[in-house]
Order: sequence, then C-alpha cells, then structure tokens
Amino acid sequence: MTERDFKAGFTALNRFGLGARGDGDLAAAASDPRGFLNAELAQPGIALLEGPGMPRTALALQAMFADQDQKKAERERMAVEAAAQPAMATAEAMAANSNTTVTSPPPLQTANMGPPKPPSLEQIVYRAEALARFQRAAQARAGLVERLVAFWANHFCVSVAKSNFIRISAGAFEREAIRPHVLGRFSDMLFAVENHPAMLHYLDNQQSIGPNSQAGLRQKRGLNENLAREIMELHTLGVDGGYIQDDVTSLARILTGWTIAGRGGKLGEPGTFVFNSNAHEPGPQILLGKTYAPEGTWQGEAALLDLARHPATANHIETKFSRHFVADEPPRALAGRLAEVFRATDGDLKAVTLALIDAPEAWTAPLTKMRMPYEFLVAAMRITGRVPEDPGALLNPLSMLGVPFWTPLGPNGFPDTAAAWASPEGMKLRLDVASQVASRLRDPPDPRELLDAIAGAAASEETRQAVARAETKQQGIALLLMSPEVQRR
Amino acid sequence: MTNYSATRRSLLTGAGAVFAWAYLPQFARAAGGRDPRLVVFILRGALDGLSAVAPVGDPDYLALHGSLALSIGGDHPALPLDSFFALNPAMPVLKRLYDQKQAAIIHAVASPYRDRSHFDGQDVLESGYPAPGFTRSGWLNRALAALPKGDRVGASNGLGIGPVTPLVLRGSAPVLGWAPQNLPHASGDLTARLLDLYAHRDPALGEALSRGLEIDRIALRQGIDDGAAKARAGYNTIAGMRQAAEGAASLMAVDDGPRIAAIAFDGWDTHANEGGASGRLAQLLGGLDGAFEEIEKGLSPLWKDTAVVAVTEFGRTARINGTTGTDHGTGTIAFLAGGAIAGGRVIADWPGLKDTQLYQSRDLAPTADLRAALKGVLADHLGLSTAALGDAVFPESSRVKPMKGLVAA
Repeated sequence: MTERDFKAGFTALNRFGLGARGDGDLAAAASDPRGFLNAELAQPGIALLEGPGMPRTALALQAMFADQDQKKAERERMAVEAAAQPAMATAEAMAANSNTTVTSPPPLQTANMGPPKPPSLEQIVYRAEALARFQRAAQARAGLVERLVAFWANHFCVSVAKSNFIRISAGAFEREAIRPHVLGRFSDMLFAVENHPAMLHYLDNQQSIGPNSQAGLRQKRGLNENLAREIMELHTLGVDGGYIQDDVTSLARILTGWTIAGRGGKLGEPGTFVFNSNAHEPGPQILLGKTYAPEGTWQGEAALLDLARHPATANHIETKFSRHFVADEPPRALAGRLAEVFRATDGDLKAVTLALIDAPEAWTAPLTKMRMPYEFLVAAMRITGRVPEDPGALLNPLSMLGVPFWTPLGPNGFPDTAAAWASPEGMKLRLDVASQVASRLRDPPDPRELLDAIAGAAASEETRQAVARAETKQQGIALLLMSPEVQRR
Repeated sequence: MTNYSATRRSLLTGAGAVFAWAYLPQFARAAGGRDPRLVVFILRGALDGLSAVAPVGDPDYLALHGSLALSIGGDHPALPLDSFFALNPAMPVLKRLYDQKQAAIIHAVASPYRDRSHFDGQDVLESGYPAPGFTRSGWLNRALAALPKGDRVGASNGLGIGPVTPLVLRGSAPVLGWAPQNLPHASGDLTARLLDLYAHRDPALGEALSRGLEIDRIALRQGIDDGAAKARAGYNTIAGMRQAAEGAASLMAVDDGPRIAAIAFDGWDTHANEGGASGRLAQLLGGLDGAFEEIEKGLSPLWKDTAVVAVTEFGRTARINGTTGTDHGTGTIAFLAGGAIAGGRVIADWPGLKDTQLYQSRDLAPTADLRAALKGVLADHLGLSTAALGDAVFPESSRVKPMKGLVAA
C-alpha cells in the first residue's frame, strides 16, 4: 500500500470517524476509504442504542416524580418532628447527615463544599446513559455514525445543568429524538426534537401559554418565546435566515400547548408530550408570510415541516455540517453542494452524508480541525484499547477540561472551531490529562508500534522521532496522544 | 531538544509575552492616573444574607432565624459592624477591611428576578437581563466590550476563573481562562518534548500550549525551576476558593494582564444543617473571606485601585425550615471590598422582619436593586456611561439609577 493510501485511510478514520483503534482498521480503511465508511452506514439500526438502565423518557420521568414525592414526604415528616421536638430534630438531622459535622468542621485544607452524598436517581441514569455512549464510541468500527449522533445532539442540544429533569432525560432524548434520524429525514428529527419533553423543558415551552387561550385568560402568564426563537435561529433557518421578531412571536403562539404531562397525569401519561388545547392560542397565525390555520397540534407540525424545507435551513445546516467535518471555513462549493443535496432529497441526511463522503474536498483539505475534548478522550481510549467500565473514566476528565458531558453553556451548543478548543488553558489541561491517561496504563504497549498501527505512513517524521526517543513507554504514549496526528482531525 | 529552562526564561523576560497582545498600544502611566481592577465573585446557590450579615438590632430577627441566628454574645460572637448589623465571625478579614473603610455591605438587595429557581436566578444575575433565558453573554463582558479600546481596561482581556468561564464574563470581549485543578501537572520533560514537537509540526498548538503553561505558572506563582507543582486543592473546595482568588490576583498583577475577573463559587444552597456562627455556611464564608484576603495580598500595592464585589442570585427564607436550614428566598446581601471602595458602612433601607414586612410573608423584602449597586461601581470605578449601563450592560434598565458614592473619590 502506498503512502497516499495510508493518508486516505487516516482521513477516513479521523476526519469522518473517531480515530483508529490500531486493530487493522487503518489498513482496512486504506484499501477502500469510501467503502470503509459506507459499510458502517449500511448496517441496519447502527445508530440505535438501548440497554439496561436506560429507560424511555416517560419511565425515567415517572421514576423521578416518585422519588421527588418520597423525598418531599420525608422532609415534611422531619419538619413536623422538628416542630414537636426542636432539640431532638436537630440531633436527628445531624445523624441523618453524619458526614456533615456541624460542631467541628473538618480541616479547611481538605474540606469539600458539601458532604458526599449517594448518587441521586438522576445521576444514576445519567451515568448509565453516558457509559453506554462511551462504550459504543470505544468499539465503533469507523465511528462515523457516532460522530453524526454527536453532531446532531450538539445541534439540538439540551443541558443537564438546567435541572434534574434534563439530567434524567438527556440520554433518552438523544436515543429517541436524534439517533433514529441521523440517517433519516431532517424534518422527522426536527419534529421528534421539538416535541420531546427534554427540549420542551430545556427551552421553557411548558411555561408558554397563549394569551387568549382559556388558560391565558384565567391567569396572568403568557407567551415564552424561548423555544420558538431557538428553533428559527439555531435549529432551522439560522440567525440570518430572513425571519423577524414577529415570526418568532407567531411561532411561539403556534407552539403554545406543546407541553409535558405532569406527575398528576391529568393531561396524559406522566412525562410524555401532550398537546394542551387549553393553553393553545386560538386563531390562524402568519409565519414567514404564510397563514397557518388553527388546527391544534397540526398547526405546529405544518410550521415545522415548512421550516425544515426552507432554503435557508438547507444552507444553515450544510454550512455547519461541512464546518464540523472539513474546516472552520469550509470550502463554499462543498457546503453549497451539500445544501443542494439536502434540498433535492427533502432533507435526507443519509444522502447528505454520502455526498460528503463522495466530495473530493473532504479528502484533499488538510486535517486542521481540533478534536473537541470528548473526541480527544474517545480517540485516546481507542488508541490505548480501553473500553471503560466506569463512566467516570471520561466524565471526570471532561469536567476537568471544562466541558462536562451534555452540559453546553447555552442552546447554541459547544463551539465548533479550532480556536475554541486550542485555547491556552485548554491545551495545558489536555497535556495534563494525556499525561495522566498514559501514566495509568498498566503494561503499556510500545508507543512506536502504536503510532504505526494508528497512523502508519501518515505519521510525520517529527512525531515518529519524538515518540521513539521518549524516555519511557508512558511518556511516548502521552506524546502520541498530544501529537498533531491525534489532536487534529 | 530545546532547552526548556531557556524557553521559560525567555517567555518570562519577554515582558509578559503571554499578555502582550499585538494590538495593545503602550499605555502612558500618567502620574496619578488610575489603573482600576475589578473582581466579581458569583456565589451560586443563594447566600443567606441574614446569617452572613445579621440584623442583630432587629427585634424580630432572633425568633425568625432561630438556631441559625447570630448574636453579639455567646461562644461565637458575631462581629459588630454598627449598632444594628453584625458580621458572621467566620469573616475576620472582611471585618478588618470594613474597619479600614475598605469594605461595605449592601443589605436587603436583590436582582430583578422574583421567582425561586437557581437556574433562572443565576441567568438573571449573570446575564444582566431583566428576565431569564438570555445566556449568550453576561453583563461584565458587555461592560468590558463597552469600554473604548484606548482605555486600559477596555484593551485588556477579561479573566474567567474556573473550569468554565462564568456566564457573567462570557461574550464577545476576549476572555482568558484559568482554573486551579487537582490534576497533577505533566512533567517538565514531557512538556519540553511536546513543545519541541509542536515547534516543528504545529506552531499554533505550540503557541497555545506555551501561553497556557505561562498563565498557569503565573497564577500558581511558581518559580522557573519549580517543576514539582504546588499542592492544588481543586476548584470546588474551601481551600480552592482561596487558591482561585490567589491565581486571579497573580494574573491581574501582571503589568499587561487582565483588569477584570470573574470567579464563581458554588455551594451556598444551605437547605439543611446550615449552621450559623459555625458550621457549613460559616465554612463557606470563611473560604470567601480567604478569597478577599488573597486578592488584597496578591494585588498589593494595586489594592488601592481595586474593587471586589460578591453577589448571589437571591436570598433565603427569613424563617428556618424543618432541617435547620433555609429555603430559596429573595432579599440578601452584596459584599463590596477593595481600596477603591468607600467602605465602613452597611448600606440598607431596612424593610423590617415583621410578618407583614417580609416579601410574601417569608423572605427579606428587597429594598435595593442589585443592578443599581453594580452600575454604581461600573460607572465610578471603570468610567462606564449611564447610557451604556442602562442599555448594553443591563438591558432595559435605564430607570435603575446607578448608586452613588460606592467608590472612594
């Protein structure tokens, strides 16, 4: 095989995938780079994820409601006892929380901000969901499908920092609204996302009430435009997509009544999407010049379908898509071609992905993108041949790198430019993390062989030398993990 | 192999090469010209203002705040500030600054947010918008962006301390980040080898890593050959509060370093076993006191032109709950400290604590808008215009007038 073949194989695994595992995958990718990727896309159900400890959204939320009710009852019981016997109650509260020493605080040098608590229900589900993704990412053949999942989950992001509601449902949200559609139709994903309880909660749509609806006339609360604004600005048209504030307000009215059935189950099965006609703004609405008749939930479905098919959406999505995979400033012709495929196929995301794989630019543009912290840790896991059994193996370093899993800072998601990730503090922390990962390897492999296995002839002479001259295997592996070959994709 | 020590020395002698942004003009240091610094502590979780700065002179205080109430006598006597208010004994540094007229407290203050969700309350506190849901940028970043680039402060980067830059400092103005970590440092040898590889293969990564190392070195005040890292407490600990502030002060003390910093401290959500003069809250307040001290020590002699403000999303209930703690409330306090502060006073239009005087019969009623206090500091300390403060910095707030006289003339 020629050096050029190796480079193409390396590109397939890194630009499109999660990085080589060094189990012969580089040679396989080098012999037929496009075929290697297409084979992964062709596997039926490849994007789906299920397993023990990962309940569907409604079940997760019902468990959370029950858990909250139980804790509330417990608090009330303690309050009643406290009122009856103040001194006893204090002692009891202290005993119940024996890690908190109220009278003699632990030395300040080691004192944590709070007593260590057993993991909450939300935390248990969150960790199980995270672990399933880390294991999938560690074992995926090319990893293109997991890259697509991560891209779309970031495009339609929710943040577990918002509330326990999101913490317990973020995994189910991704499994139910994102994964089934990454090789399907954009409008289907859009619809699944915008009526999912996690998104409705994250962007406050359950608080949005039509001012002239029955509920609106009864109480003082009104529209919350959060979801409507982000649908247009972030999820579909893009900020320059040609809409105005009136369109945001119209879409917000259209989406009133899109809510979540609460714990009481008055509107439906607790924790599921429901359309509450009592909160829905009556009457037709004009959005982007088109009138939508007042047909309850259909009004919103029709509006979302039109937004998905809007030409601005194709441009917005495909610029972002090619920025993610190819370059911070993607070749304009490439983004344009992908947008054309998006429009011509009515948003067929598999067709768009195949078009990206076909595009010559995707194979000739240099690998200048920085791996995001999650991608870096996954690549490190694959290179060192580790499949985590504890989600902390990735959750902890992600937090140290300032990007806790599923915790973007806002609805615009994690940034997707090299500058954002190659920041001074970011690089410093990556080095410390790489050093730790390498130093904790028992029976570390020979780093020169590792480099050969994951990059082959695509490795630079300088990296080859730096790795070969390392004073220990661990140091060589740390250098390999921090090398441009692994940091860039 | 590059000589690593030489690399570090040249970085060091390069007059703070880390901060020497290409566009930065030489700033004339006019005699007597102020070079102000501003540090904002965000106390996340809602600080119980009534246990931090207690209205011991209010006849209803003791009954309401129960076993958490501070008093002037007893085993842990509170530190009297005037005839009415007393400071939690966990804060001796703040008391000293107060006595030196370098610290003030604003009491019965609140942001415009009137519900009781941490998430939304923090959004409002840090974004500076009158309502939740605006999380793209914070008021401190927009204040930085609103300063003219010819201004010493306006030309500098902001400094965000912590694993994630606090929302208050996020936005279009450039921000430098640093966080104390309990992650061990990579060895100097590994670092040198990697810098050498980057120098040959990827100069952009080399530049970023060099700067990151230099920032860390300055923040931790390590000597050139101090290969073994100082024991690091990790960000989210009491000792970490002190260390975060120490790092911020070290970076801000650099001649062309950042002038504005934000640090978020978590953990103030004291629903159970809050403690009063001692216990959990007192520990946190002790950590905060240490943070004030580190800023003072680290910035001296620049302390005279420094203002530090500590703010929280809302207060806690005036009554204690069934688990010897307090629940989400409304009115609370803000701390101001620094040589630039006209201190030695508690600024309060005291609303009283009788049932009818409490907000919704449960919380300390707010009588001051936190934005007015912050505007007062930004206007008099950094020179921001009232127009910018009422629109770009705190949107839709033009009717909230800056509080006057917070900064020493």
